Amino acid sequence: MSKSVSLFVTCIVDQVFPQVGIAITEVLERLGYQVHFPKAQTCCGQPAFNSGYPDEARTIARHFLEVFRDSEYIIVPSGSCSAMISHHFADIFEHDPKVLAEVHALEPRVWEFSRFLLEVAKVEDVGARFNGVVTYHDSCHALRELRIKAGPRKLLAKVQGLTLAEMDVAEECCGFGGTFSVKFPEVSGAMARTKIDSIQKTGASTVISIDSSCLMQLQGVIDRAGLPIRTLHLAEVLASK
Amino acid sequence: MNAPETEIQQAVDDPRLQLAIYTATRRLIDHRAGVVNAEVLPYYQDLRNEANAIKKHTIENLDYYLEQLESNVIAHGGNVVFCRTGAEAADFVLDLAKKRGVHMLVKSKSMTSEEIHFNERLEAHQLEAVETDLGEYILQLAHQRPYHIVAPALHLTRYDVADVFTKELGAENEVVIEKQTKFARGVLRQKFLEAEIGVSGANFLIADSGAIVVVENEGNARLSTSAPKVHIAIAGIEKLIPRAQDLAVFLNLLGRSATGQPLTSYTSFLSGPRRAGEIDGPDEFYLLLLDNGRTKLLADPEKRQSLYCIRCGACLNHCPVYRKIGGHNYPWVYSGPIGAIITPQFHGITEDTWLPFASSLCGACAEVCPVKIEIPKLLIKLREEVTEVKRRQQSGDVERFAFRLFAWIATHPKIYLMLASLGSLFFPLVPRIGPLKKWASQRALPEPAHQSFHQWWASRRGSE
Amino acid sequence: MTAREHILGDIRRALRRAAGHPPLETAPLSTPALRIPLTDRNLYAELFGQKFENLGGKFIRVRDTAAVVPAVADLLVQKSAVASNAPFLRKCGITGLPQVHAAFTDREELKAACAAADIGITSVDYALAATGTFVMLSSHNEARLISLLPPAHIAIIPRSRILANLDELLSIVPRPADQTSSMVLITGPSRTADIEQILVRGVHGPGEVYAILVDQE
Repeated sequence: MSKSVSLFVTCIVDQVFPQVGIAITEVLERLGYQVHFPKAQTCCGQPAFNSGYPDEARTIARHFLEVFRDSEYIIVPSGSCSAMISHHFADIFEHDPKVLAEVHALEPRVWEFSRFLLEVAKVEDVGARFNGVVTYHDSCHALRELRIKAGPRKLLAKVQGLTLAEMDVAEECCGFGGTFSVKFPEVSGAMARTKIDSIQKTGASTVISIDSSCLMQLQGVIDRAGLPIRTLHLAEVLASK
Repeated sequence: MNAPETEIQQAVDDPRLQLAIYTATRRLIDHRAGVVNAEVLPYYQDLRNEANAIKKHTIENLDYYLEQLESNVIAHGGNVVFCRTGAEAADFVLDLAKKRGVHMLVKSKSMTSEEIHFNERLEAHQLEAVETDLGEYILQLAHQRPYHIVAPALHLTRYDVADVFTKELGAENEVVIEKQTKFARGVLRQKFLEAEIGVSGANFLIADSGAIVVVENEGNARLSTSAPKVHIAIAGIEKLIPRAQDLAVFLNLLGRSATGQPLTSYTSFLSGPRRAGEIDGPDEFYLLLLDNGRTKLLADPEKRQSLYCIRCGACLNHCPVYRKIGGHNYPWVYSGPIGAIITPQFHGITEDTWLPFASSLCGACAEVCPVKIEIPKLLIKLREEVTEVKRRQQSGDVERFAFRLFAWIATHPKIYLMLASLGSLFFPLVPRIGPLKKWASQRALPEPAHQSFHQWWASRRGSE
Repeated sequence: MTAREHILGDIRRALRRAAGHPPLETAPLSTPALRIPLTDRNLYAELFGQKFENLGGKFIRVRDTAAVVPAVADLLVQKSAVASNAPFLRKCGITGLPQVHAAFTDREELKAACAAADIGITSVDYALAATGTFVMLSSHNEARLISLLPPAHIAIIPRSRILANLDELLSIVPRPADQTSSMVLITGPSRTADIEQILVRGVHGPGEVYAILVDQE
């Protein structure tokens, strides 16, 4: 009997890193899930919300609520988008009791990908193989809002051939912060370089995270520096054989 | 006022400064972690919740507790002076000094006094205010403002200090830190013994006791408040807590959060002039209660939690932005995340207000704030206020248009899909335009995907 | 309108309250949260000593009041000292020593003597085991400057005065202002890390601190 899940890929995965969506689909199907992809999905509204445009964020969030109204499990390959939906939809609709009720009904159905695997699918070993030394970046919203820290590490521990070397600043922000990286690029770049210096010390050739925006930020600065390090989403590692 | 881009770039590019900031904040981070972890302090989170609740209650009943404080100060023989502005506070002190023919006073560290340019106001009228905290003393000589709420001279090296002492005091060039400290001790000792007036800040005001609490490590606050005949304390009205026993919560949080010390070297609980039978201590006590805009913050129910701050500096230490741009790139005396939320509230919001945007919203600050101020939430609220100002002034903002447009596209999935496939054509062009140019300067750009996930799904699945 | 009326008025307007209103609810905690560990009191002296030494202080434990003077004799050689009026110091024979000046009643005299002295000797009102802290209430028996101006401070502590921690102190002394104009918690020597975060002791207050714990008072 296959269980049904819905995938919210997030706009950045959709447009820039579709391979992450593909990897998640593969892993979920491998575990026996039937994956639905509501085509009308677009964005969770986080960029608008963080930039101080609550009306626009609400518009986008309402669309999300509609698209995923009937989804029992909404899988999200992003800590920050998950947190936006499950923590901040309530903020932007705090003065709208009707929508707020919908939001509260939605919240328990939203699952960041790694958390879904551990707590719903109840698996740690998805049969993945990935040779090499990797390090893990704790993305901010995942770490501080969703309290995701040990979970991804448990999953990585079961990947054959993989060695995890922790960086000393795993919990420090990568410097993306959405429009922050556009408004304060020199600070954003410096924050990323601090992470990359630490990554280099681990000897890892791959940086893993559950947030594509962080990976994009880090990869951009890595490539600018010409370093032989690549970034991968956790889903891509778990899909590897 | 626009962001000081050049200075920020300079700070980021200065390896010596970056090392100084990083090392100092790293140390403070580690020391704090050592004394708040679950093994050492199992009830740390409970303390935070209690502190937040006590502050919330006090701030929401501030008038009541101020009046209680006032009557208790008076009952113990002290005086209370309400000051709407920094000028009023300075004028009071100038007046008092003039009446006694006093030209010099000693002063312990007080960010509130920095906020109101206390020393400058006094000096304009020939009243010398001698900073006695070592870091503040050095800064006073160097004509600089504090770099950090708790560690004001964080950015200076021993060589900087040697230069300052030589240049301003004619001292011989001395780079050994212990010797620099002893030198300052000697100079300042004389001032303590001569001064007739001592000025302090206050970490807490205790309503049920008519008392102030001063927390320090050096002993200069004790000396400033015990050796001279007159003690003047300057404190923001938000420093109140209801009961002396509430210190069990706050003193267990302050030192740990600031420097990793369960208790600092000296914690003084002072309630007015010396009592009958006490041999030393001041004869007169004046408590200056400062508004200077705090009632403005108080009026905003969502943001008044900014007033809970106990000035521990933990948010600065953990802030990745502070740790790159440093304390002097903040427009006001309060830097770091707390500075980012209170500065616009005190100074007003204009379309140029940039400070709330100088954050990646990582949340490290909120995680360590002992009184649980929701800093990222308030930063977003302030951003909303800035965009609202721009909207009202119809500033023709490109960003607003872009988000409006995106919101429309994101609610019209067919358009979204169509534009997405066109988007890969335009993607490489985007960084050549305006603001994104700088973003692009820091990094190599991601390649646009050959097909979106939507397209992959459609091609694999047919129509769903 | 005075500044006071302005400020209180602004506060009330900001909070939308009428004048003279008591707090909207009773205090958030019906009693303040005081956490006093349930440890064996007999261990407090040792714990205090450990904490005190970790701070850079020197801890000496003696059996009774007669053993105090011999314990501090070395410290006083060729040094001048000022002592407080604490009866316990007299009992320990401190105030009788030739190089110790005590019985000050005049503030200026006291200040001058403390500024000139090498060592300040006091008792304590309480000591806190969890943090190695002296608690000193200003009174006729204990002046403020004795533990502050001289570069060294010796505190003679009766064992019975040791409490568990700050919380226990606040449970015993819920309103210090009722008793004194100044209660100071002294936790180790004066210190700073203002320059390059390098620790230096003895900035303005004493750099050398000694705790002499007397088991039998």
